[in-house]
Amino acid sequence: MSVRRVMGTEVEYGISVQGQPSANPMVASSQIVNAYASSTVKARRARWDFEEESPLRDARGFDMARQVADASQLTDEDLGLANVILTNGARLYVDHAHPEYSSPEVTTPLDVVRWEKAGEQVMLDASRMAAQVPGSTPIVLYKNNTDNKGASYGAHENYLMRRSTPFAEIVRHLTPFFVSRQVVTGAGRVGIGQDGRDTTPERGFQISQRSDYFEVEVGLETTLKRPIINTRDEPHADPAVYRRLHVILGDANLAEVSIYLKAGTTSLVLAMIEAGFIDRDLSVEGAVKALRDVSHDPTLRHLVTLRDGRRLTAVQLQLEYLDLARKFVEDRYGSDADEQTVDILARWESVLTRLERDPMECAGELDWVAKLRLLSQYRDRDDLDWDDAKLHLIDLQYADVRPDKGLYHRLAAAGRIERLLDDATIEAAMHDPPVDTRAYFRGRCLDKYADSVAAASWDSVIFDLPGRESLQRVPTIDPLRGTRSHVGELIDRSDSAQALVAAITR
Amino acid sequence: MAQEQKQPRKSSQEETATEEVVETDVAERKEMIDEDVDAILDEIDEVLETNAEDFVKSFIQKGGE
Repeated sequence: MSVRRVMGTEVEYGISVQGQPSANPMVASSQIVNAYASSTVKARRARWDFEEESPLRDARGFDMARQVADASQLTDEDLGLANVILTNGARLYVDHAHPEYSSPEVTTPLDVVRWEKAGEQVMLDASRMAAQVPGSTPIVLYKNNTDNKGASYGAHENYLMRRSTPFAEIVRHLTPFFVSRQVVTGAGRVGIGQDGRDTTPERGFQISQRSDYFEVEVGLETTLKRPIINTRDEPHADPAVYRRLHVILGDANLAEVSIYLKAGTTSLVLAMIEAGFIDRDLSVEGAVKALRDVSHDPTLRHLVTLRDGRRLTAVQLQLEYLDLARKFVEDRYGSDADEQTVDILARWESVLTRLERDPMECAGELDWVAKLRLLSQYRDRDDLDWDDAKLHLIDLQYADVRPDKGLYHRLAAAGRIERLLDDATIEAAMHDPPVDTRAYFRGRCLDKYADSVAAASWDSVIFDLPGRESLQRVPTIDPLRGTRSHVGELIDRSDSAQALVAAITR
Repeated sequence: MAQEQKQPRKSSQEETATEEVVETDVAERKEMIDEDVDAILDEIDEVLETNAEDFVKSFIQKGGE
């Protein structure tokens, strides 16, 4: 294995109805999802399929052709239904009190970046479309993880892993990696503590948006008693072969290099765990506290105590994993390593080396450093303390998805933050699915046979065909089947869903 | 300083001269960086929401996940 594996991300966006702080966030989130669905999803809107088994026609119980015309008339029942599948294979829906975009399954870190960034554009378009509904109040979306008043929402990663890997090994080797990877993947935050109130003059900024919200080392929860390692195990694939590692402690990143390194380095570490390659014990004493302590020290000098008594900075801990990963890739591939694996290793090393020298050297690549540099410049110019509202505003507005208002976007537009993909590539991914996973089949079916797709989910597409009493469920249990090379030509030559299903089931 | 450099001198003096040149470079670069910072902050000043305190206070989220 390398950096390549089946992966995907889910991002919950912060949501704000301008001038109405007490507006119902579930209603606003539904307005976002419905506005996008109404404007872009063709004819019939396919439902998300919650059923594992083939649903019966009379079990549907809702009118699938219905569009929610006036979002202000939404009932609670409607709110639960704001849930659509896009032609790029992604899912756009309301999760609790936030609009969420779950990317399609991809196989490379750069594709994680591409389809996650496409999600930002989907959210931006959705908010613009929602604003066109007569009588609506503008809704602004933020790709961040906290309101700094105690609430946190997630940006989750999913990695498909071999079932045969003992979970205890995952916990043992992944926990120190997660405690330390925030020096690369943090999005930066003004405020210490869950409610962000601890902003003494010296201590006001921390590396991660999420670290203060983690309370245990391992567990199933995602909304309270959040664990560093989440045990949710719902593979959406053959459970005898795979598990899906659901990672909940990451920050929502805007910087493309941060997302790229997050997916790439994590995938590499998982590959080493699967291969039983990690021969050293890097276990950390008091991982939950260490996670917070690392986050609270943007000078990167904090020493984490390992169980064997060694004391390392988070960067040094990451360098241990880098060293292992270099040896692993050399051992398994030598000079045949694929391009992205080589690139991830080189960038990882470059970033860690510079972080160790002077974190500010990474201000053009990593979110937390870019944000900290901007905040420091404001502090210098305007002589601001960390509890100044202006600094909190900069933190918040960094994540505004609008290109004219979002500070990440302003910095990127000014060439101050490195891009890995151009706008056209990201825009195409709003509509086109990845070609090398089952998301291709899902997306193409949604695009070409919208009228005939009754529902879909990660592991199935369900067709409603004329002349058939029951719905036809096409399982997509293997994430690496249904790719363009498998079904591209078949879909190209099938003029109708009937023809497609007939060809598949023949 | 350019004149000073042309004068023959002992190696220790040459070192001093080199350091001075480097310091001037640093000063010039710092000036450029300062201008650069001013430019980006001016740009961001223009897009920052007005009334930071109210804006931050009214950003209230429900938990998610």
